[in-house]
Amino acid sequence: MDRFLPLVVAVPLLGAALLVGAGRRMPRIVAESVGCLCAACTAGLALVLLARGTAVSWVGGWEPYHGHSVGIVLVGDRVGLGLAALTSLLVTAVLVYSWHYFDEPPRGHAGAYPALVLLFQAGMCGFAVTGDLFDAFVFFELMGVVGYALTGYRVEEARPVQGALAFGFVNSLGGYASLLGVGLLYARTGELGMAQVGRQLDAAPRRDALVVAAFVLVLTGFLVKAAAVPFHFWLPDAHAVAPTPVCMLLSGVMVELGVYGAARVHFTVFAGPGGVPAEDVRRLFLVLGVATALVGAAMCWQQRHVKRLLAFSTVSHTGLFLVGLAAGTAESVSGVCLYVLGHAGAKAALFASTGVLLDRHGSVDECELHGRGRDMRGVGVLFAVGAFALAGLPPFGTALGKALAEEHSPWLPVVFVLVSAVTGGAVLRVTAHVFLGAGQAPRTTQPETRGDEEPETEEPAWRLPRPMIAVAGLLLAGALAVGAVPALAEEVGAAARAFTDHAGYAAVVLDGRRGAAPPGPAAWWTPTGAGLGLLSAALATGLAALAVRRALPTGRWSAPLRRLHSGHVGDYVVWTAAGIGLLSALVLWPVG
Amino acid sequence: MSVFPYAVAGWIFLVGVYGLATSRNLVHAVGCLSVAQSATYVLLLAVGYRRGGTAPVFSDTPTTASVVDPVVQALALTDVVVGATVTALLLALVVQTAKRHGTTDPDELHELKG
Repeated sequence: MDRFLPLVVAVPLLGAALLVGAGRRMPRIVAESVGCLCAACTAGLALVLLARGTAVSWVGGWEPYHGHSVGIVLVGDRVGLGLAALTSLLVTAVLVYSWHYFDEPPRGHAGAYPALVLLFQAGMCGFAVTGDLFDAFVFFELMGVVGYALTGYRVEEARPVQGALAFGFVNSLGGYASLLGVGLLYARTGELGMAQVGRQLDAAPRRDALVVAAFVLVLTGFLVKAAAVPFHFWLPDAHAVAPTPVCMLLSGVMVELGVYGAARVHFTVFAGPGGVPAEDVRRLFLVLGVATALVGAAMCWQQRHVKRLLAFSTVSHTGLFLVGLAAGTAESVSGVCLYVLGHAGAKAALFASTGVLLDRHGSVDECELHGRGRDMRGVGVLFAVGAFALAGLPPFGTALGKALAEEHSPWLPVVFVLVSAVTGGAVLRVTAHVFLGAGQAPRTTQPETRGDEEPETEEPAWRLPRPMIAVAGLLLAGALAVGAVPALAEEVGAAARAFTDHAGYAAVVLDGRRGAAPPGPAAWWTPTGAGLGLLSAALATGLAALAVRRALPTGRWSAPLRRLHSGHVGDYVVWTAAGIGLLSALVLWPVG
Repeated sequence: MSVFPYAVAGWIFLVGVYGLATSRNLVHAVGCLSVAQSATYVLLLAVGYRRGGTAPVFSDTPTTASVVDPVVQALALTDVVVGATVTALLLALVVQTAKRHGTTDPDELHELKG
């Protein structure tokens, strides 16, 4: 079965090539069907491979010879294949959602949009299953470039091109920093494969400055993709302007792949004795994670542009993913995995529902839409359920993930509950304003991004668009299933144990040793975890109720923070450079 | 082994970042991004350099000859392709920015704030 692993990347690439080549002569329905079919086939393949455990494929048959290889390896371990499966399922959902979504295909080329989405899928799946550092950079840039193109897809409008430019500059700069780091690692070890580099570093006596520099540079690129503070500025700009189906992919999986990349290089490459000590990495993830979570939550609460609000909520949840990784134990990593799965469903469903609003009312502005959603109860219910999923109401997957990730430190639950309550509460506030018409339309005087977007869809029909609502409902059901199916949590636990096993990964890839995953305790709900989930859901409801009654202080306290999000590419680049310095300081911080 | 080429690579990266940060024209900014990227070419080629080595082509040299590392050259070539793609796409977006905003000065783009 291992030889089928490259197909996870090749099928979407071939589908994209077919659509680009023959798209002009295809009617729209054929092009969109081909796109859905390719995405669904890849999803099926990834799930079949996942069910069989780990797959290792030396592309072109260049297998290692006496432990050395010049070949390129694809490694589908359970976490990697799981992310590839999640990506493919979400891409399928997005292609179904955007069935006849846009007004008209550009210049009669019906294949353009599905081809771009398939390319995006190829980049993301490739990034998830690559076992080679340079390939990771190439797939990073592939998903980046396709991401810029999809963000600026509505190229005739002013905002999308600006958002896509900010996205492009910051991400590509981060990618080049990563490549510098990969070059340094190659200089030190003479290897590019993650497992090989990891083994070489294990043999080194202790860490040195070059390895630390390589670690910081490689991590910079992945953290830019993951939108960790202070690398996060591109994300709200890109998400606010990208077409809604694209937002579902950007927030649902692409950002999480950045977190995955950071965790992968940490565990696989640098976790050995000659790498970077675990406590330094822990400090780095903890500080960045908490800062990201708090900044994201504070900014999320202030937004009136609903897509931008959801984008900042993605930033803050990414911070929580990083905090969960900081513990570095298999249990907390399995918590982060479940959290990512649940978050992908919930966030994609919320974006999908926002797309329905934009389709019906031509706006995503909370103030303008006040009370105008009264006639679409179903969408309102989806919004509210999505908000509770974000807030971590049991038994959603997000809640189970948070419960497992937060339990390793006494003060972490405070951060988790606070951030979950604020991001969930912001979405509940939007629900109350838009769908119930509660309170008065809010007003602010600060410079901010209004939500008067151009409609993306065809003329709104009188009836609600059924496929769009069905997709949102299915995604929410998926988020619920993640926290409600014990077998899934067990599998994720085994995947996380293999993921955190530094020596085990190298043994699987280089020595071909396929052991069963090391046994461990099955992670499941605890009374504390469920209680904290209920608490954050209750707090979210309370915050939303207070906001609707205008019982909360106005947002003047946040003005300095909001001014930092200036929409200026130069500022973002300065923050990225400062972030590289911050990462170095956190890694090199003298202990005690 | 000399440290000089690595210092040059670092310097080029910083020059590119400085240019990006202070740019008043988006076309210039795209150029600065390419400058930052050329640091990666310099670094990769410096990593693979061997004093006295020739090009890694064995058609007219004996297989025992000292050659520079071909792997980094392949990497640099791939990197050039990636860079060309990024530059082309960003320039296309700059053209659209000029059409829709009527300016290529990042200081005058005010649509996305807060």
